[in-house]
Amino acid sequence: MIEFVRNVRLWFAPAEVRQDGETPDYRFSLANERTFLAWLRTALALIGGGFAVDQFLPDLRWGWRVGLALALLAAGVLCSLRAVNHWVRCERAMRRGEDLPVSRFPALLSLVVAVVAVAMVVVVLVGWEG
Amino acid sequence: MSAPAARRQDPDRDPGLQPERTRLAWRRTTLSGTVCAVLAVKTALHGGVSAPGVVACALCGVLWLGLLNIAHRRIRTLAATTAPAAFAPRHAAAAALCTVAMAVCGAALVL
Repeated sequence: MIEFVRNVRLWFAPAEVRQDGETPDYRFSLANERTFLAWLRTALALIGGGFAVDQFLPDLRWGWRVGLALALLAAGVLCSLRAVNHWVRCERAMRRGEDLPVSRFPALLSLVVAVVAVAMVVVVLVGWEG
Repeated sequence: MSAPAARRQDPDRDPGLQPERTRLAWRRTTLSGTVCAVLAVKTALHGGVSAPGVVACALCGVLWLGLLNIAHRRIRTLAATTAPAAFAPRHAAAAALCTVAMAVCGAALVL
């Protein structure tokens, strides 16, 4: 958590990142940027999915609909915050010549998406019966 | 034999096309952002036009423009040089915060 707060400070202090180590090959930085953008798109897709659940499943009970929508929106928020955090960590690791950081997040996110998908199937089936 | 010919024409060009690929990644991201913003506007104006709905709509529009602005600047930087500088953390944070704010806006609309 303290590490995360330290990284948040780095988001807004580009000069501080540049002081560390030496500039890597621009292609590595661009690849890191594309990974960041892919995660940002994942976040946008999760948020769009939250809106879509709210809009296109009107027959669901209010609690389920809002719960699912909020879960997807929250996943989107986490995903985008983590995207920028991971990008900063990778950028710094490359400048220092360290190993790239490993992360539990992709596994967690895929588990959450799987759970939401199963919940969606159950809810749609039950919702149609009721 | 078109590839070697192309390389001979422009020795500065990155054969891996990294700047172009990054530019296209930005384009895809703005497209995702647009889809998200359209869905947000649809949610906001679902139950007819109301003051909170219009405010949420305007907010989502501003966030979408913010994302487009960051993407546009970055795309121009990428197109301008053959070995572009690394992306600024400030802009990365701004892009992520636009996304987060859109989700918060969505949570307020859904509730």
